[in-house]
Amino acid sequence: MIDQILTASVFAAALRLATPYMFASIGEMFGQRSGVLNLGVDGIMLMGAFFAHYVALSTGSAVLGVGAALVVGAVMGLAMAFISVTLKAEQGISGIGVYLFGLGMSELLFQRLVGTPRSVEGFTDIYIPGLSDIQFLGIGEIFFRHNILVYVAFLLVPISAYVISRTPFGLMIRAVGQNPQAADAMGISVARVRYMTVILGSMLAGLAGASLSVALLKVFQQNLTSGLGFIAVALVYFGRWRPVGILIGALLFSFVNALQLQVSAIGLDIPAEFAVMAPYVITIIALVFASRQTEKPDALTKPFERGE
Amino acid sequence: MNKRVMSLVLMVLAALLIGLLPSVSAQDVFRVAAVAPSATNDLAFSQSMFDALTKIDAEMGDAFEFVFQDGTFVVDDAAVALREWAASGEYDLIIAHGSQYGAIVEELAPEFPETSFAWGTDQNTFGLPNVFAYTAAAGEGGFLNGAMAAMMSKSGIIGVVGPIEVGDAKLYVDGFVAGAAAIRPDVQVQVTYIQSFSDVPLATEAANTFVANGADVLTGTAQMVVGPIAVAKENGIPWFGTQSSQAELSEASGVMFQVYRWDVVLMDMIASIQGGTLGGESYTLTLANGGLQMVMGQHGS
Repeated sequence: MIDQILTASVFAAALRLATPYMFASIGEMFGQRSGVLNLGVDGIMLMGAFFAHYVALSTGSAVLGVGAALVVGAVMGLAMAFISVTLKAEQGISGIGVYLFGLGMSELLFQRLVGTPRSVEGFTDIYIPGLSDIQFLGIGEIFFRHNILVYVAFLLVPISAYVISRTPFGLMIRAVGQNPQAADAMGISVARVRYMTVILGSMLAGLAGASLSVALLKVFQQNLTSGLGFIAVALVYFGRWRPVGILIGALLFSFVNALQLQVSAIGLDIPAEFAVMAPYVITIIALVFASRQTEKPDALTKPFERGE
Repeated sequence: MNKRVMSLVLMVLAALLIGLLPSVSAQDVFRVAAVAPSATNDLAFSQSMFDALTKIDAEMGDAFEFVFQDGTFVVDDAAVALREWAASGEYDLIIAHGSQYGAIVEELAPEFPETSFAWGTDQNTFGLPNVFAYTAAAGEGGFLNGAMAAMMSKSGIIGVVGPIEVGDAKLYVDGFVAGAAAIRPDVQVQVTYIQSFSDVPLATEAANTFVANGADVLTGTAQMVVGPIAVAKENGIPWFGTQSSQAELSEASGVMFQVYRWDVVLMDMIASIQGGTLGGESYTLTLANGGLQMVMGQHGS
């Protein structure tokens, strides 16, 4: 029974499902570590997904599509940063505004420019020579037969961990998020750092959208993300603002999701509603425990006022 | 009679002739307003109603007008639109296209007894004289699709991606399973209800799971099937669909699609309303009454 449930394809599915969360959550982590909560992630993902798909459809190049998603993510990040950093608007509300804008605009553009769901060639799976053939424990199938964006998403974990904890830029981000007054006194431009992190995070959210529309699904439809961006924000809390924690959260959530699909597919007599609820229940339980040992940035959601 | 007078007379005559030509007065126009949960191009449930109204519009010409509010997956948003339309008194028929809107229709219809309402998929008119109900016997096409899928499957494993186990989605899936079993009792039909009508990523991964488990034929229902269709295409395996034709998207994988022809029952409703009957009747699309049609895809033909 267990070997029917815990197949290599279930683990491989978990890695695929985790990919958009990895991009979006790590991007959101950069913003939150600097003190900016961006609840517009889902809307930015939708815009990234649409533009990646539209450009890939128009040009036949998924790479150009990814480029478009990064650009549109940067533009939306700039808008979010202007609203929350320069105008000092309430971050939760402005994030919801960005989400609704992305939801509506991506739908409008899709209706006007594409009209009906159409698939694109997108990124195909890359079998890593030598490694993809490893049969032992299904390692080859689990880790080495994915499209390029899956590999990039997981490479992002050590890269972002290094940037946050070992570079001057990471130090500035942490300083601005923990104590912006002190950072300002040391000559760090709080606004500039926050602009950079929000734009970077939004570019990664755009990339998360692209990972759906030109890599994993290869199709676009209205509200394609179905609220996935909000789970990504929760995973930042789950991961306690650390890339490795986010990785664990994304994998856990995705693994339970993949598992419930497998349980359902092989016809085990478990009510579908319970199986579908499981990933969310586990996330909520984990969030409760995470909140007890929180390493939440002190200045999160607080606009910076010099001289406070 | 000089030329100027002659021209004047001709202009007056022309104006009189135009005035005498039969025309559709504003009062003769049959107006319909419809609300649907997903997009008009979802290749599924909402598109089937939009296509039906577009077809009627083409057939009736100036004597028909319709407005369509799509994407109202939030039921409260739909309620606002339905109430505004009913209160305006401008529409002869207001359609709430989604079983989730039933409670709103039950509440609004008694408040606006001069307005006709229709809703589905369901057969319940709530005993109200101004409510029509409509549904589709989706199991009929599901049975045919299942039978053909069983004949095509070499592995004997077929994957079905469903949304939530209710309404015409359940009818289709149950019919599909019965059709497959009728042709090949040994066939294994794996069914997953992902508990969402719109979660394309999860539906896609459900289809991938079926393929990993050996399924060599796929089907599904509701608007999130665009993902599973992409999986079928990528793996070069046959796809069977329902609600609307998905032939264009599924390309070489598309075998057969059960298409809802709501225009068949809508034309009946329009005739009833024009005859003074505002509701009280429920309709069912079937293969026999032409409300359900089987359309072949590239793979099928």
